[in-house]
Amino acid sequence: MNIYYKKYIAYLFLLPALVLLCIFFFIPFFQTFVISLKDYSSDIYSPTFAGLDNYIMLFKSKEFYTALLNTFLFLLMVVPFLAVFPLIVAIFINQKIRGISVYKVLIYLPVVVSIVVVAISFKWLYAQEGILNYLLQLINIDSIGWLTDTHFAMFSVALVTIYKGIGYYMMIYLSSLIGVPKDLYEATEVDGANEFYKHLTVTIPHLMPTIALVVTISSISALKVFAEIYVMTKGGPLNSTKTIVYYIYERAFENLDLSMASCASVVLLIIILAFSIINITFFENKRYKL
Amino acid sequence: MIKKFFKGFNTHLFLIVMSFLSLFPFLWLTSTALKGINENIFQYPPSFIPQDLTFNNFIDVWNQIPFLIYFANSFIVAVFTVILNLIFSSLAAYPLARMEFKGKKLIFSLILSTIMIPFQAIMLPIYLIVLKLHLVDSYGYVLGYLGLILPFAVNAFGIFLMRQAFLTIPKEMEEAAFIDGCSIFDIWRKILLPVTAPTLAVLAIFTFIGSWGEFLWPSIVLTKKALYTLPVGVNDLQGMFSANWRYIAAGSIISIIPIIIFFIAMQKYFVSGQNEGAIKG
Repeated sequence: MNIYYKKYIAYLFLLPALVLLCIFFFIPFFQTFVISLKDYSSDIYSPTFAGLDNYIMLFKSKEFYTALLNTFLFLLMVVPFLAVFPLIVAIFINQKIRGISVYKVLIYLPVVVSIVVVAISFKWLYAQEGILNYLLQLINIDSIGWLTDTHFAMFSVALVTIYKGIGYYMMIYLSSLIGVPKDLYEATEVDGANEFYKHLTVTIPHLMPTIALVVTISSISALKVFAEIYVMTKGGPLNSTKTIVYYIYERAFENLDLSMASCASVVLLIIILAFSIINITFFENKRYKL
Repeated sequence: MIKKFFKGFNTHLFLIVMSFLSLFPFLWLTSTALKGINENIFQYPPSFIPQDLTFNNFIDVWNQIPFLIYFANSFIVAVFTVILNLIFSSLAAYPLARMEFKGKKLIFSLILSTIMIPFQAIMLPIYLIVLKLHLVDSYGYVLGYLGLILPFAVNAFGIFLMRQAFLTIPKEMEEAAFIDGCSIFDIWRKILLPVTAPTLAVLAIFTFIGSWGEFLWPSIVLTKKALYTLPVGVNDLQGMFSANWRYIAAGSIISIIPIIIFFIAMQKYFVSGQNEGAIKG
């Protein structure tokens, strides 16, 4: 038999979630577009319609291009590393040896600690007379302005994101590694292959979908980077760490330039939408199928 | 035998180095926080073990910064965010998993589409809405808390997670209860929720961690220090103690103690390898 559901009951169950999603997702989503088409410069309470003027202004702004470029630079620094290194760690951890759960807990720890504290602790490592510059001095390299030199600042920020992400992506890889059939390894062992060759020919091909998943989700979170920059550099020096989200934040909440902030938000929306569609249609389609 | 020993040795060596690197920023911060004023914290070579060992930095910072209030605020916000997420996600997931109704496809895709909308791109209008609804601390503390909680009170990840969990429950269980005279709401509350308790726990823990660490939104909406959550309060240390790294370090270390205790207590949920899908991407 089938349970008889009254017609309206489904909507009743969905109501609270839909109301909240409406107020905090759909309405703001449409408002972002609306605000981006308005001019607030003469009067913030009664804006005039500006059409695409704001977008033209945005794309003429050098600062925005810098932010866009910085964001992709950041993505290119972070994503390859987060796709590869946590996999290596996961392969090491996916063995039956003593103390494995202690290692897992310690390597995962930075994931649960607030990004603000992680960023502060790195700021301390990066200090001009700090411990990292001391280590450089030991190998006869001049000290680096980790966060004050325009050439290094973005890299220094990226290092924090990488550090905080390793444990997270390691767990994703670990849960896929469990699914690699054992007999495939046995076959290579018969051939006398070494460890490295074994993983190159069995593990990597088997984990390709997971690697692709990690690339897309780490790309999406790289595009949204904010806290690291806010805590460590505030976009500086000389805009060298200003990313799209930081640009939006600055425009919206420090300069009250609602139009520019919204135009930049639309650009961010489109970029992330592209990555999300790839993710949902190719990698996570099972969970999101009706 | 020797070969096997070396294989294990390499693995341990690598993992010990990794664990050390993972802890190092916090250890170095702790070391700095324990150094008294008679020790130069910038000296070369740096000393890891404090020569002028003192707990005064911790005591001073504790006395100057209302950490208990920050803890309490973070706790209130995180707990209510978790409770609302559990209720609303599992409510919404039930019809999506089990019932046939008009507009199901549309509602499903609408919810799915929110996954693709990054909060950062719509935070300005959300802020304007929250202002319009008076959900900010200048209108009162309760309203201030609501402004921190409600924008994160439901999310699509939670709904889909619960829907997946409901799909694995055999329909016969609900049918039997229905024959016994249970209402649909009772079936949800007395059968579906208890059976999916492990999934609810996973959702609760990851929502808690997410809410506890949230920085961007509270730093936008909060104006009163009395409502500061931990991340906002800790970031504020930098301004308050400008270059006094002993205090900044001590305050940062104090602030992470609760979440580290929580993490160690709940470690099986984090590192068991089955929950990767629950974590926000």
